[in-house]
This record gives sequence, structure tokens and C-alpha cells, in this order.
Amino acid sequence: VCTSRFWFNYRHVANTLSVYRSVKRLGIPDSHIVLMLADDMACNPRNPKPATVFSHKNMELNVYGDDVEVDYRSYEVTVENFLRVLTGRIPPSTPRSKRLLSDDRSNILIYMTGHGGNGFLKFQDSEEITNVELADAFEQMWQKRRYNELLFIIDTCQGASMYERFYSPNIMALASSQVGEDSLSHQPDLGIGVHLMDRYTFYVLEFLEEIHPASQTNMNDLFQVCPKSLCVSTPGHRTDLFQRDPQKVLITDFFGSVRKVEITAETLSLDRDVAAFESK
Amino acid sequence: VAPVQVQLVVPMAVVFGPGSVPGDLPRPLPFRDVQEMEISVNLRASVTSRYEMRFRSTTGQEEAALAAATAREADAALHPLQDTTLGSLTMYVVPETSSLLPQGINVYVGKHRSALVRAVGSLAVLQARLREVTQLMSFRASSIAAALSDRVPDGQLGPAARRYLKSSLGYEITFSLLNPDPKSHTVDWDIEGAVNRYVKPVLDKLSLVANFSVDSQILYYAVLGVTPRYDKESSSFLLSAHSLPHVINPVEARLGSSAASLYPVLNFLLYVPERSHSPLYIQDKDGAPVSTNAFHSPRWGGIMVYNVEAPASPQASLPLHVDVDMARVMEVFLAQLRLLFGLSREEVPPEFLLEGAGNEGLADWELDHLLWAHTVENIATVSTTLTSLAQLLDKIGNIVIKDDVASEVYRAVASVQSAVTKLSLGHLRAAFQASKEAVTSSERAFFDPSLLHLLYFPDDQKFAIYIPLFLPMAVPILLSLAKIVRETKLQKKEPTKMD
Repeated sequence: VCTSRFWFNYRHVANTLSVYRSVKRLGIPDSHIVLMLADDMACNPRNPKPATVFSHKNMELNVYGDDVEVDYRSYEVTVENFLRVLTGRIPPSTPRSKRLLSDDRSNILIYMTGHGGNGFLKFQDSEEITNVELADAFEQMWQKRRYNELLFIIDTCQGASMYERFYSPNIMALASSQVGEDSLSHQPDLGIGVHLMDRYTFYVLEFLEEIHPASQTNMNDLFQVCPKSLCVSTPGHRTDLFQRDPQKVLITDFFGSVRKVEITAETLSLDRDVAAFESK
Repeated sequence: VAPVQVQLVVPMAVVFGPGSVPGDLPRPLPFRDVQEMEISVNLRASVTSRYEMRFRSTTGQEEAALAAATAREADAALHPLQDTTLGSLTMYVVPETSSLLPQGINVYVGKHRSALVRAVGSLAVLQARLREVTQLMSFRASSIAAALSDRVPDGQLGPAARRYLKSSLGYEITFSLLNPDPKSHTVDWDIEGAVNRYVKPVLDKLSLVANFSVDSQILYYAVLGVTPRYDKESSSFLLSAHSLPHVINPVEARLGSSAASLYPVLNFLLYVPERSHSPLYIQDKDGAPVSTNAFHSPRWGGIMVYNVEAPASPQASLPLHVDVDMARVMEVFLAQLRLLFGLSREEVPPEFLLEGAGNEGLADWELDHLLWAHTVENIATVSTTLTSLAQLLDKIGNIVIKDDVASEVYRAVASVQSAVTKLSLGHLRAAFQASKEAVTSSERAFFDPSLLHLLYFPDDQKFAIYIPLFLPMAVPILLSLAKIVRETKLQKKEPTKMD
């Protein structure tokens, strides 16, 4: 979810798109991704390189790519819609691609970025979502068993405050900065004229580029990404609600999709001389 | 989460054929007996099973049927004479020396709801054998535990439980033909004919459980995400077992799904390998090729690899025309469908002989098996949903409940109570219908869009909003009130002074 509007918040869209791209590369199909972008940077009239969103000033990685599927765009990214997607209380006319059709075996990754403060995250410069609302939404999801395990990553200023209030089981949370600290952006690009990405997500993207679908890297490695020397802010994480040991949790459990598969050993024996049924 | 307490009642008839009555019956035939067993899943869900058995001896017609040559014929002859309501079972006990059951086989389970059991000397041993049979044909502790598996942590589930497909009001089945190499192979599959001939009977049998919709598609240039290895010994290509999980994802992105329905989708894919990768075999963990050349993933569907025979002459013109043998394909797909629904015949003891289900895909007792599990799951889901809804409304006092949400809640409560009652009376079909209605109503109530609360007002925000509004107004009011009070006090004092 990218919650910021306006051209100078280019880096938030780039953040979100880089996580989207890593997740797709590791195997999760678009039907299983809900992408919410509050503003359009690639086709923004102020973009000197249209149809592209870059993560680094050497322009080597166009995170916008060729097959981005944005489910909620522009003014549809609101706190209400976000909470509706999470809790499932969605009007019946909503199409399948805009819904979170998860069940009790789904591992969900939620990545949010934008401008935040102590206990809230700003949506579109006009409303906010508080950490209590988010915790309550997760609890509603847990009550209805809409997730098996949930990984929550947030890249904003004072991001750690957003996961303080979680109380539902099986949630692991990562944030780019502690309460009282600001998350800083990585570097500006003089050609495009804005900061291209935030530091935390930049190093996370670098880390994820090394992962492939069969990789055995675990969560503890993700916690080490972006130490204070590189990031200036102190990333934080919370694992007390999570039942498994983070050492044993694979990155691909959340960022990729490795299915449990069984060999089919039985066949049914069918009588071949059967008259066709009339199709009803 | 509310505790679930359900009693599952199975009405059973145990019919003794001539010469099979054990010597130590407590009372003369016919008599009734009840056996209760507790299947507790965890602290908060307790399910008791109650087998109400009616012991009696055979009628004349049944004796005639049992005189048949083979067990299958006997089963067919007995079928019209049985109680065929959903959930009931009939066991026919045949003499120990009877030739109806083959050597070494003690139990024959038919296609419908009956079994032939070989007699044993004492009643106690016979009852133990009967209990095994009934557990196979109705429900086991493990199948009930699988149904309630969302209340159990993932690490404690066995493979059968993990495979369990959640009960839903409908399922969408999609058959896809993947042809990555259209230049070499032109593949024709008569999917419509195959669906009508083989799939429809199975889905008709399952129609009580849920609504099914079937569609099919052909995808060109869809490749597997994994490159198969070339094996010189067998001069074929092999896909090892541990690379199989990575096959599904790249394909899934191209599969698509119906935009309108929200039902879970079961995908069945038929993959015709490219000419450069033919023939392609799937290896299991021990390295042996799999006979079905297919694998499946729980809650998703199955994939089968269909190898095209190399043409007789190497100069045959491309593209080769391929006519898919739909019967062979459907045998595998329907077997996978059964496994995905949790109907496997792997845990059967060796002395049992199970009659094949034939074109209907599943025996009557397997349908009952599904219904027991789904009914229990539905009741558990409804109780969780309604409890959590009640907790939500307790916590947030100012949510407005619309009338239709309230009526859905009442309907859900009434339906689930009726389902529990019907289960305790042994009416499986009515209980299942009631549980389905309960789930529909409770889901509609819980997920009603009007129940979204965005009115979180922390105390400090309340102060921050109201104080700047009221404090400036309050200051002159309070000061003038104070002035008025002072003046009235002065006025009261003054008359006494002036006097």
C-alpha cells in the first residue's frame, strides 16, 4: 500500500512497486496481490521519463515493469477501503481482484509506506489510520481465520509505533524506524528531481534481489537488513506474537509462494462405455 | 471462541444372517444398544459420537440376497431392502465359514451404505470389528479433527487434515490444457464430451454438498517454471519431486479465474510437454517414475503430464495431431478431485475389501463421510462467527445494526440450533441443509459492509477537539456566573446592613 499523493512523494510509490516486483518475481501471481497506489508516478505529467519508476539514480531497474496490476488507484486508496479489504466487509459488487480472498492457511504480507507519526499513518494527506484501528482490523481477521500468519512491514517515520498495539496471534512486524526517529530517503536524482526511494526499502530490495524461489534464507536475515550505519534510523521488529521461531521462518513463506504438493498415486477406474449425459 | 458441543448420532442396523449369531448375546434378538464415544479435538470443541444399533436377524428376502455367489451381487440385491437415508448404516453379519467373502477378507464394504462382515466367535470381538467398519464408513476422530482444523495449530495437523478442502457453498472447477509447443503438437481434447460423460455423474452425486460450476480453457505457450533433467538411462526427461512445488506458480499467473464468482477454484491442468522435452515423467521421492504422471496440491488442484508418443517415422510433418485419451485423463483428474475433498482409501486395514465406486466417483458412504465432516465444520464456523460478532458489538458500543443484519443473525442462530438438534436425532441430510443455511446467514451478517467502524476516538483526541471549542466559550460564562453569584450574595447582605 502506498498512501502518499503528489509528485514529491515519488519515493513511496517506488518503495511499493519494488516490493510488488520482488513478490511477483518470487512466484506470487497478481490474483493474490492487492496493490494500492495513491498516485500515479509513471504517467505523471512531471515525470521526465514517462512510463517508468526507478529505484536508483543509475536507472538500471525500472520497477514499474510491463505488467503492473494496480487494484486500488488514486482516490480509491482510503482508510475505509483498506480496512474493508482487510476485514472482508466489502460491498457485494466488488470484483474478485479487489478482494482479499484468504483463508486459514494463507500467509499474508502487508507492506505500507507513506508519511507517518507516533501511532498513525497518513493517507492521501487528508485522513489517518491509527495503530489501534489497524490492530482491531487484524483481530477481526484473526477471528474469522482470514490468515495463518501475517508479516507486517512498514516504512514510514516512527514506524515502530504502528505495530505496538497488535494483540492477535501469529503476527510478525518490521518497521523502518523507532518511535521518535524519522525514516530517511535514500538519494535524490537530479534528472527526475525527487528522491527516488527510502533507505530501508532500498536495502530490503537489495536483499530480496538475492532471493530465488527455492531459497532457504530465513527471517533473522531480514531483521539484519539496513543497520543504523546505512539507514540512520534504527529498524525495529516485533516477534512476540508469532508462534514459530523467526530463525525457522523462510523468506519465501511470505514473499514467495511454495506450495505443498503430493504425488497422485491413485486413479479412479472409469467405465468407458458410458453414454454421455445430456448437458443440463 | 465459543465451545462447540455436538453429538453425532449414527443410526445403524446389525443384521445377523443364519448361522452367524454369536453365542454370547446379552438378550435375544431383536434388541437395541447404544455406544457413545467422545472425540475431543481440543479444550473448546467436544464432539461425541453415538451409535444407535439395532440388532436383528435377517428377513427372508435378505437371506435370499445373501445366498448370492459374490459379495458384489449380494450387495446389489440387498440395496433395495435397506434403509437408505443419509447417514444410516447397515451391517450384515455372515457366518464365519461363508464363501461370500474371499479368503482373508473379513469385511466387504459396498457402494451404498452397507457392509458384509464375517462373524467371529464372541460378541465383544464382533463389536470391535463393527466399530472399525462404522468408523470407516461414517467418520473417524481424525476426519472430525480435520474438519475443525482451523482451531488447531498448523504444526499438529496430519497430512490428511492438511489436505482437507474447506466447506463452501460452491466450487469452481477449471480444466486447462497447456500446450507450450503448438508448432509441434496440435492437441485436440474433447473436454465437453468428457465432462458430460465422466465428470457430470460425479458432480451430480456431490450436488448435495455444494454447487459446482465447470469451465475449461486452452493455454498456448505456457511453460512449466522448472527445466526437467535429461536422464540417459531411460532416455526421457524427469521432473524430480522437490521441484514440483515451483511448477505451479508461473502457470497460475496465466490461469485466470471467473471475475464474478467468489467460490474457491480447483484447477486441473493437462500439460503436453514440448517436443524437445518429451517424454516427460514425474519422479517421486525415491526416484521412481510415477504411474499416473500427475501430482496435486491441497486446496488448489492437480496437474497431469500427458506424453505424446514419438511419431513412427522421424520425417513426420509437424505439427503432429494429438487426440487426447480423455478417459485416461479423467481417471486421474477425478481421483485427484476425490483426494482434494479428503476421500482417500489409504487408511483401510488389509482385511477389508472396498467396492470401487465406478463412474459415480464416490460411494454413498463416502458422501456421508463428507457430509458429517462438513456439517461439523459448518456448525463450528457459525459459532465462531456469531461469537466474534457479539464480541465486536460489545466492544464498540456505537455501531448501528441494520434490521437485515439482525434478522440474518436470528436466522443463523435458529438454523444452527436446528442443525445440532437434527444431528442428535440422526437426520444427516436435514442437519447438513440447516448447517449450510446457518453458514450463509452468519457470513452475510458478519461481512455486511455496514459494520465497518472508523470511529476510534482516543481520549487525548477527544480533549484536543473539545477543549479548544468549549474552553474559550466557557471562560466568559463561568466568570459571569461567578459575578452573578457574588452580586446576589452582596444583595442579600446589604438589606441587613442598611437596617
